[in-house]
Amino acid sequence: MEALPSLFIKAIFVENLALSFFLGMCTFLAVSKKIQTALGLGTAVIVVQAITVPANNLLYQYVLQEGALSWMGLPEVDLSFLGLITYIGVIAAIVQILEMVLDRFFPALHSALGIFLPLITVNCAILGGSLFMVERDYNFAESVTYGLGSGVGWALAIVALAGVREKLKYSDVPAGLQGLGITFITVGLMSMGFMAFSGIQL
Amino acid sequence: MSTTARRVVLDPLVDNNPITLQILGICSALAVTTTVSAALIMCLALTSVTALSNASISMIRHHIPSNIRIIVQMTIIASLVIVVDQILKAYAYEASKTLSVFVGLIITNCIVMGRAEAFAMKNSPGISFLDGLGNGLGYSAVLLVVAVVRELFGSGSILGVTLLLPVSEGGWYVPNGLMLLPPSAFFIIGLGIWAIRTIKPKQVESAEFRIKRVHRTEVF
Repeated sequence: MEALPSLFIKAIFVENLALSFFLGMCTFLAVSKKIQTALGLGTAVIVVQAITVPANNLLYQYVLQEGALSWMGLPEVDLSFLGLITYIGVIAAIVQILEMVLDRFFPALHSALGIFLPLITVNCAILGGSLFMVERDYNFAESVTYGLGSGVGWALAIVALAGVREKLKYSDVPAGLQGLGITFITVGLMSMGFMAFSGIQL
Repeated sequence: MSTTARRVVLDPLVDNNPITLQILGICSALAVTTTVSAALIMCLALTSVTALSNASISMIRHHIPSNIRIIVQMTIIASLVIVVDQILKAYAYEASKTLSVFVGLIITNCIVMGRAEAFAMKNSPGISFLDGLGNGLGYSAVLLVVAVVRELFGSGSILGVTLLLPVSEGGWYVPNGLMLLPPSAFFIIGLGIWAIRTIKPKQVESAEFRIKRVHRTEVF
Protein backbone atom coordinates (compact mmCIF):
# COMPACT_ATOMS: atom_id res chain seq x y z
CA MET A 1 0.00 0.00 0.00
CA GLU A 2 2.99 2.35 0.43
CA ALA A 3 3.20 2.47 -3.37
CA LEU A 4 0.16 4.74 -3.51
CA PRO A 5 1.73 7.95 -2.12
CA SER A 6 4.68 7.58 -4.46
CA LEU A 7 2.32 7.04 -7.42
CA PHE A 8 0.54 10.23 -6.38
CA ILE A 9 3.77 12.27 -6.26
CA LYS A 10 4.93 10.72 -9.53
CA ALA A 11 1.66 11.65 -11.26
CA ILE A 12 1.98 15.26 -10.12
CA PHE A 13 5.64 16.00 -10.79
CA VAL A 14 7.53 13.33 -12.71
CA GLU A 15 4.82 12.43 -15.22
CA ASN A 16 3.06 15.77 -15.34
CA LEU A 17 0.31 15.43 -17.96
CA ALA A 18 0.70 18.92 -19.36
CA LEU A 19 4.46 19.40 -19.30
CA SER A 20 5.84 15.97 -20.10
CA PHE A 21 3.02 14.37 -22.10
CA PHE A 22 1.66 17.53 -23.75
CA LEU A 23 -1.92 16.66 -22.84
CA GLY A 24 -4.67 19.25 -22.63
CA MET A 25 -2.47 21.73 -24.50
CA CYS A 26 -5.27 23.56 -26.31
CA THR A 27 -7.02 24.65 -23.13
CA PHE A 28 -3.67 24.93 -21.39
CA LEU A 29 -2.57 27.67 -23.80
CA ALA A 30 -5.96 29.28 -24.35
CA VAL A 31 -7.20 29.63 -20.75
CA SER A 32 -3.99 30.66 -18.99
CA LYS A 33 -4.06 34.44 -19.26
CA LYS A 34 -5.35 35.07 -15.73
CA ILE A 35 -4.57 33.19 -12.50
CA GLN A 36 -8.21 33.36 -11.39
CA THR A 37 -9.59 31.55 -14.45
CA ALA A 38 -6.68 29.13 -14.52
CA LEU A 39 -7.44 28.20 -10.91
CA GLY A 40 -11.12 27.60 -11.77
CA LEU A 41 -10.28 25.39 -14.74
CA GLY A 42 -7.61 23.57 -12.74
CA THR A 43 -10.07 22.74 -9.95
CA ALA A 44 -12.63 21.52 -12.48
CA VAL A 45 -10.01 19.26 -14.08
CA ILE A 46 -9.02 17.80 -10.68
CA VAL A 47 -12.67 17.01 -9.85
CA VAL A 48 -13.51 15.49 -13.24
CA GLN A 49 -10.25 13.53 -13.47
CA ALA A 50 -10.69 12.10 -9.95
CA ILE A 51 -14.16 10.83 -10.90
CA THR A 52 -13.70 9.67 -14.49
CA VAL A 53 -10.46 7.69 -14.15
CA PRO A 54 -11.82 5.37 -11.41
CA ALA A 55 -15.17 5.11 -13.24
CA ASN A 56 -13.45 4.05 -16.45
CA ASN A 57 -11.26 1.70 -14.44
CA LEU A 58 -14.32 -0.13 -13.08
CA LEU A 59 -15.83 -0.25 -16.55
CA TYR A 60 -12.62 -1.65 -18.01
CA GLN A 61 -12.15 -4.28 -15.31
CA TYR A 62 -15.72 -5.57 -15.23
CA VAL A 63 -17.00 -5.07 -18.79
CA LEU A 64 -14.40 -4.33 -21.45
CA GLN A 65 -11.28 -6.31 -20.56
CA GLU A 66 -10.66 -9.64 -22.23
CA GLY A 67 -12.49 -12.25 -20.19
CA ALA A 68 -14.08 -9.57 -17.99
CA LEU A 69 -17.59 -10.73 -18.85
CA SER A 70 -17.07 -14.16 -17.32
CA TRP A 71 -19.44 -13.18 -14.49
CA MET A 72 -22.15 -13.12 -17.17
CA GLY A 73 -21.08 -16.51 -18.44
CA LEU A 74 -19.28 -15.09 -21.50
CA PRO A 75 -15.57 -15.71 -20.79
CA GLU A 76 -14.43 -15.48 -24.45
CA VAL A 77 -15.81 -12.04 -25.18
CA ASP A 78 -13.21 -9.29 -25.63
CA LEU A 79 -14.76 -5.84 -25.86
CA SER A 80 -11.55 -3.85 -25.47
CA PHE A 81 -11.88 -2.45 -29.00
CA LEU A 82 -14.91 -0.50 -27.74
CA GLY A 83 -12.68 1.20 -25.17
CA LEU A 84 -12.21 4.58 -26.86
CA ILE A 85 -15.88 5.25 -27.55
CA THR A 86 -16.87 4.05 -24.07
CA TYR A 87 -14.39 6.25 -22.22
CA ILE A 88 -15.32 9.37 -24.13
CA GLY A 89 -19.01 8.59 -23.58
CA VAL A 90 -18.44 8.12 -19.85
CA ILE A 91 -16.48 11.37 -19.67
CA ALA A 92 -19.16 13.34 -21.54
CA ALA A 93 -21.91 11.84 -19.37
CA ILE A 94 -20.08 12.46 -16.08
CA VAL A 95 -19.32 16.05 -17.03
CA GLN A 96 -23.00 16.59 -17.87
CA ILE A 97 -24.19 14.99 -14.61
CA LEU A 98 -21.63 16.94 -12.60
CA GLU A 99 -22.87 20.16 -14.16
CA MET A 100 -26.49 19.36 -13.24
CA VAL A 101 -25.58 18.30 -9.67
CA LEU A 102 -23.51 21.43 -9.10
CA ASP A 103 -26.29 23.58 -10.52
CA ARG A 104 -28.87 21.99 -8.18
CA PHE A 105 -26.93 21.68 -4.91
CA PHE A 106 -23.93 24.03 -5.07
CA PRO A 107 -24.96 27.07 -7.12
CA ALA A 108 -21.95 29.09 -5.95
CA LEU A 109 -19.55 26.42 -7.13
CA HIS A 110 -21.51 26.06 -10.35
CA SER A 111 -21.19 29.73 -11.18
CA ALA A 112 -17.45 29.49 -10.58
CA LEU A 113 -16.76 26.27 -12.47
CA GLY A 114 -19.78 26.14 -14.80
CA ILE A 115 -18.24 27.66 -17.91
CA PHE A 116 -15.22 25.35 -17.73
CA LEU A 117 -17.10 22.07 -17.54
CA PRO A 118 -18.08 21.82 -21.23
CA LEU A 119 -14.47 22.59 -22.19
CA ILE A 120 -13.31 19.62 -20.17
CA THR A 121 -15.13 17.00 -22.26
CA VAL A 122 -12.75 17.66 -25.12
CA ASN A 123 -9.69 18.11 -22.92
CA CYS A 124 -7.15 15.47 -23.91
CA ALA A 125 -5.78 15.35 -20.36
CA ILE A 126 -8.99 13.69 -19.17
CA LEU A 127 -9.16 11.07 -21.93
CA GLY A 128 -5.37 10.68 -21.73
CA GLY A 129 -5.61 9.93 -18.02
CA SER A 130 -8.10 7.14 -18.66
CA LEU A 131 -6.03 5.70 -21.52
CA PHE A 132 -2.82 5.70 -19.45
CA MET A 133 -4.74 4.00 -16.65
CA VAL A 134 -5.75 1.20 -19.05
CA GLU A 135 -2.30 0.94 -20.63
CA ARG A 136 -0.53 0.64 -17.28
CA ASP A 137 -3.10 -1.79 -15.87
CA TYR A 138 -3.84 0.09 -12.65
CA ASN A 139 -6.15 -1.50 -10.10
CA PHE A 140 -8.99 0.47 -8.51
CA ALA A 141 -7.01 2.02 -5.63
CA GLU A 142 -4.20 2.99 -7.99
CA SER A 143 -6.65 4.50 -10.47
CA VAL A 144 -8.17 6.73 -7.76
CA THR A 145 -4.68 7.90 -6.77
CA TYR A 146 -3.56 8.39 -10.36
CA GLY A 147 -6.72 10.30 -11.29
CA LEU A 148 -6.34 12.67 -8.37
CA GLY A 149 -2.59 13.07 -8.82
CA SER A 150 -2.63 13.73 -12.54
CA GLY A 151 -5.46 16.25 -12.10
CA VAL A 152 -3.49 18.10 -9.41
CA GLY A 153 -0.40 18.06 -11.63
CA TRP A 154 -2.27 19.57 -14.57
CA ALA A 155 -3.86 22.23 -12.34
CA LEU A 156 -0.47 23.10 -10.87
CA ALA A 157 1.03 23.52 -14.33
CA ILE A 158 -1.75 25.77 -15.66
CA VAL A 159 -1.77 27.99 -12.54
CA ALA A 160 2.02 28.35 -12.75
CA LEU A 161 1.83 29.25 -16.45
CA ALA A 162 -0.91 31.80 -15.75
CA GLY A 163 1.30 33.37 -13.08
CA VAL A 164 4.17 33.69 -15.54
CA ARG A 165 1.95 35.08 -18.29
CA GLU A 166 0.41 37.72 -16.02
CA LYS A 167 3.88 39.17 -15.49
CA LEU A 168 4.96 38.51 -19.06
CA LYS A 169 2.41 40.88 -20.58
CA TYR A 170 4.45 43.85 -19.33
CA SER A 171 7.59 42.74 -21.12
CA ASP A 172 8.69 43.93 -24.53
CA VAL A 173 8.39 40.86 -26.76
CA PRO A 174 9.45 40.91 -30.45
CA ALA A 175 6.39 41.42 -32.66
CA GLY A 176 6.41 37.97 -34.26
CA LEU A 177 6.66 36.21 -30.91
CA GLN A 178 3.80 38.20 -29.36
CA GLY A 179 1.07 36.02 -27.85
CA LEU A 180 1.26 32.38 -28.92
CA GLY A 181 4.97 32.25 -29.78
CA ILE A 182 6.31 33.48 -26.46
CA THR A 183 3.79 31.29 -24.63
CA PHE A 184 5.21 28.22 -26.34
CA ILE A 185 8.74 29.18 -25.33
CA THR A 186 7.63 29.85 -21.75
CA VAL A 187 5.97 26.44 -21.58
CA GLY A 188 9.17 24.91 -22.96
CA LEU A 189 11.21 26.50 -20.18
CA MET A 190 8.68 25.33 -17.56
CA SER A 191 8.80 21.85 -18.99
CA MET A 192 12.60 21.95 -18.66
CA GLY A 193 12.14 22.92 -15.02
CA PHE A 194 9.83 19.97 -14.45
CA MET A 195 12.43 17.67 -16.06
CA ALA A 196 14.47 18.17 -12.90
CA PHE A 197 12.00 15.80 -11.23
CA SER A 198 12.50 13.08 -13.81
CA GLY A 199 15.53 11.56 -12.12
CA ILE A 200 13.65 10.98 -8.89
CA GLN A 201 13.07 7.34 -8.09
CA LEU A 202 10.15 6.73 -5.76
CA MET B 1 -9.34 21.45 -59.51
CA SER B 2 -11.50 24.56 -59.20
CA THR B 3 -10.15 27.61 -57.40
CA THR B 4 -12.37 27.28 -54.31
CA ALA B 5 -11.38 23.67 -53.86
CA ARG B 6 -7.72 24.53 -54.23
CA ARG B 7 -8.10 27.36 -51.73
CA VAL B 8 -9.87 25.11 -49.21
CA VAL B 9 -7.04 22.57 -49.40
CA LEU B 10 -4.07 24.95 -49.53
CA ASP B 11 -5.17 27.71 -47.15
CA PRO B 12 -4.61 25.73 -43.93
CA LEU B 13 -1.02 24.91 -44.93
CA VAL B 14 0.47 28.32 -44.08
CA ASP B 15 -2.10 31.13 -44.22
CA ASN B 16 -4.55 29.62 -41.76
CA ASN B 17 -2.56 26.82 -40.20
CA PRO B 18 -4.51 24.96 -37.49
CA ILE B 19 -1.52 24.70 -35.15
CA THR B 20 0.34 27.97 -35.53
CA LEU B 21 -2.66 30.27 -35.96
CA GLN B 22 -5.81 28.63 -34.64
CA ILE B 23 -4.07 26.95 -31.62
CA LEU B 24 -5.90 23.70 -32.36
CA GLY B 25 -4.68 20.14 -31.98
CA ILE B 26 -1.38 20.79 -30.25
CA CYS B 27 -2.26 18.23 -27.60
CA SER B 28 -1.23 15.05 -29.35
CA ALA B 29 1.03 16.79 -31.85
CA LEU B 30 4.12 17.30 -29.76
CA ALA B 31 4.60 13.93 -28.14
CA VAL B 32 4.92 11.92 -31.35
CA THR B 33 7.57 14.06 -33.01
CA THR B 34 10.74 12.44 -31.65
CA THR B 35 11.05 10.31 -34.81
CA VAL B 36 9.90 11.08 -38.34
CA SER B 37 8.32 7.68 -38.86
CA ALA B 38 6.05 8.01 -35.81
CA ALA B 39 5.08 11.51 -36.92
CA LEU B 40 4.29 10.26 -40.45
CA ILE B 41 1.90 7.60 -39.15
CA MET B 42 0.25 10.10 -36.83
CA CYS B 43 -0.21 12.55 -39.73
CA LEU B 44 -1.74 9.84 -41.90
CA ALA B 45 -4.10 8.79 -39.10
CA LEU B 46 -5.19 12.32 -38.28
CA THR B 47 -5.62 13.45 -41.88
CA SER B 48 -7.79 10.47 -42.76
CA VAL B 49 -9.91 10.86 -39.62
CA THR B 50 -10.43 14.59 -40.20
CA ALA B 51 -11.31 14.17 -43.88
CA LEU B 52 -13.67 11.24 -43.34
CA SER B 53 -15.37 12.69 -40.27
CA ASN B 54 -15.90 15.99 -42.05
CA ALA B 55 -17.43 14.17 -45.04
CA SER B 56 -19.72 11.95 -42.97
CA ILE B 57 -20.86 14.69 -40.59
CA SER B 58 -21.57 16.94 -43.56
CA MET B 59 -23.68 14.20 -45.18
CA ILE B 60 -26.07 14.01 -42.21
CA ARG B 61 -25.85 17.68 -41.20
CA HIS B 62 -29.53 18.36 -41.97
CA HIS B 63 -30.66 15.48 -39.74
CA ILE B 64 -28.60 16.30 -36.62
CA PRO B 65 -30.69 18.11 -33.98
CA SER B 66 -28.58 21.10 -33.01
CA ASN B 67 -28.72 20.59 -29.24
CA ILE B 68 -27.18 17.11 -29.37
CA ARG B 69 -24.81 17.79 -32.27
CA ILE B 70 -21.64 17.61 -30.16
CA ILE B 71 -22.37 14.09 -28.97
CA VAL B 72 -23.29 12.97 -32.52
CA GLN B 73 -20.02 14.39 -33.86
CA MET B 74 -18.11 12.80 -31.02
CA THR B 75 -19.63 9.38 -31.75
CA ILE B 76 -18.75 9.57 -35.44
CA ILE B 77 -15.19 10.69 -34.70
CA ALA B 78 -14.71 8.06 -31.99
CA SER B 79 -15.89 5.29 -34.36
CA LEU B 80 -13.46 6.45 -37.06
CA VAL B 81 -10.60 6.57 -34.57
CA ILE B 82 -11.41 3.04 -33.41
CA VAL B 83 -11.18 1.88 -37.04
CA VAL B 84 -7.80 3.60 -37.46
CA ASP B 85 -6.57 2.17 -34.15
CA GLN B 86 -7.59 -1.36 -35.10
CA ILE B 87 -5.98 -1.05 -38.55
CA LEU B 88 -2.73 0.12 -36.95
CA LYS B 89 -2.82 -2.73 -34.43
CA ALA B 90 -3.36 -5.23 -37.24
CA TYR B 91 -0.85 -3.99 -39.83
CA ALA B 92 1.66 -1.83 -37.94
CA TYR B 93 1.78 -3.24 -34.43
CA GLU B 94 5.21 -1.77 -33.59
CA ALA B 95 4.11 1.70 -34.64
CA SER B 96 0.91 1.48 -32.65
CA LYS B 97 2.99 0.59 -29.57
CA THR B 98 5.21 3.67 -30.05
CA LEU B 99 2.24 5.96 -30.52
CA SER B 100 0.59 4.33 -27.45
CA VAL B 101 -2.32 6.46 -26.25
CA PHE B 102 -1.88 9.20 -28.81
CA VAL B 103 -3.90 7.49 -31.54
CA GLY B 104 -6.83 7.31 -29.13
CA LEU B 105 -6.34 10.96 -28.33
CA ILE B 106 -7.21 11.93 -31.91
CA ILE B 107 -10.82 11.82 -30.61
CA THR B 108 -10.21 14.84 -28.44
CA ASN B 109 -7.97 16.54 -30.99
CA CYS B 110 -9.51 19.96 -31.38
CA ILE B 111 -8.80 20.08 -35.13
CA VAL B 112 -11.23 17.26 -35.85
CA MET B 113 -14.02 18.65 -33.65
CA GLY B 114 -13.28 22.21 -34.67
CA ARG B 115 -13.52 21.52 -38.40
CA ALA B 116 -16.66 19.42 -37.92
CA GLU B 117 -18.31 22.22 -36.00
CA ALA B 118 -17.06 25.16 -38.04
CA PHE B 119 -17.07 23.79 -41.58
CA ALA B 120 -18.81 20.44 -42.04
CA MET B 121 -22.05 21.56 -40.37
CA LYS B 122 -22.48 24.30 -42.99
CA ASN B 123 -21.08 22.88 -46.23
CA SER B 124 -21.66 20.02 -48.65
CA PRO B 125 -19.82 16.69 -48.25
CA GLY B 126 -17.34 17.10 -51.14
CA ILE B 127 -15.93 20.42 -50.06
CA SER B 128 -15.99 19.35 -46.39
CA PHE B 129 -13.86 16.34 -47.28
CA LEU B 130 -11.34 18.66 -48.96
CA ASP B 131 -11.39 21.01 -45.97
CA GLY B 132 -10.64 18.10 -43.65
CA LEU B 133 -7.85 17.02 -45.97
CA GLY B 134 -6.38 20.53 -46.05
CA ASN B 135 -6.42 20.96 -42.28
CA GLY B 136 -4.97 17.49 -41.82
CA LEU B 137 -2.17 18.46 -44.19
CA GLY B 138 -1.59 21.76 -42.36
CA TYR B 139 -1.21 19.79 -39.13
CA SER B 140 1.05 17.28 -40.89
CA ALA B 141 3.30 20.04 -42.26
CA VAL B 142 4.03 21.42 -38.78
CA LEU B 143 4.40 17.93 -37.31
CA LEU B 144 6.86 16.82 -40.00
CA VAL B 145 9.00 19.96 -39.74
CA VAL B 146 9.26 19.51 -35.97
CA ALA B 147 9.95 15.78 -36.32
CA VAL B 148 12.69 16.31 -38.94
CA VAL B 149 14.46 18.88 -36.77
CA ARG B 150 14.17 16.74 -33.64
CA GLU B 151 15.30 13.49 -35.22
CA LEU B 152 18.09 15.06 -37.29
CA PHE B 153 19.68 16.97 -34.40
CA GLY B 154 18.65 14.57 -31.65
CA SER B 155 19.95 11.34 -33.14
CA GLY B 156 21.60 12.43 -36.39
CA SER B 157 19.25 10.50 -38.65
CA ILE B 158 16.04 10.84 -40.63
CA LEU B 159 13.62 7.92 -40.90
CA GLY B 160 16.33 5.78 -39.30
CA VAL B 161 18.88 6.60 -42.04
CA THR B 162 22.00 8.12 -40.45
CA LEU B 163 22.90 11.46 -42.03
CA LEU B 164 25.15 12.95 -39.36
CA LEU B 165 27.39 10.17 -38.08
CA PRO B 166 27.36 10.40 -34.25
CA VAL B 167 30.58 10.36 -32.19
CA SER B 168 29.58 7.10 -30.52
CA GLU B 169 29.88 5.36 -33.91
CA GLY B 170 33.18 6.99 -34.83
CA GLY B 171 31.73 10.03 -36.59
CA TRP B 172 31.96 13.72 -35.78
CA TYR B 173 28.44 14.69 -34.72
CA VAL B 174 27.64 15.05 -31.02
CA PRO B 175 23.88 14.35 -30.74
CA ASN B 176 21.87 16.99 -28.92
CA GLY B 177 20.01 15.01 -26.29
CA LEU B 178 17.67 17.88 -25.47
CA MET B 179 16.05 17.50 -28.90
CA LEU B 180 14.63 14.14 -27.85
CA LEU B 181 13.14 15.54 -24.65
CA PRO B 182 9.76 17.28 -24.32
CA PRO B 183 10.91 20.94 -23.98
CA SER B 184 12.52 21.07 -27.42
CA ALA B 185 9.17 20.51 -29.14
CA PHE B 186 7.81 23.65 -27.51
CA PHE B 187 10.88 25.68 -28.51
CA ILE B 188 10.77 24.50 -32.13
CA ILE B 189 7.07 25.31 -32.53
CA GLY B 190 7.56 28.66 -30.78
CA LEU B 191 10.41 29.59 -33.12
CA GLY B 192 8.43 28.26 -36.09
CA ILE B 193 5.55 30.57 -35.21
CA TRP B 194 8.03 33.45 -35.00
CA ALA B 195 9.35 32.63 -38.48
CA ILE B 196 5.88 32.36 -40.04
CA ARG B 197 4.73 35.60 -38.46
CA THR B 198 7.84 37.45 -39.56
CA ILE B 199 7.09 36.43 -43.15
CA LYS B 200 3.37 37.14 -42.78
CA PRO B 201 3.06 40.17 -40.46
CA LYS B 202 -0.75 40.04 -40.73
CA GLN B 203 -0.80 37.10 -38.29
CA VAL B 204 1.00 39.01 -35.52
CA GLU B 205 -1.12 39.35 -32.37
CA SER B 206 -1.46 42.81 -30.91
CA ALA B 207 0.15 43.34 -27.51
CA GLU B 208 -2.13 43.60 -24.48
CA PHE B 209 0.06 46.19 -22.91
CA ARG B 210 2.45 48.74 -24.38
CA ILE B 211 5.15 50.63 -22.59
CA LYS B 212 4.47 54.30 -23.24
CA ARG B 213 7.50 56.06 -24.67
CA VAL B 214 8.04 59.38 -22.94
CA HIS B 215 10.57 61.85 -24.24
CA ARG B 216 12.81 63.35 -21.55
CA THR B 217 11.44 66.82 -22.21
CA GLU B 218 7.90 65.70 -21.32
CA VAL B 219 8.81 64.47 -17.85
CA PHE B 220 8.45 67.78 -16.09
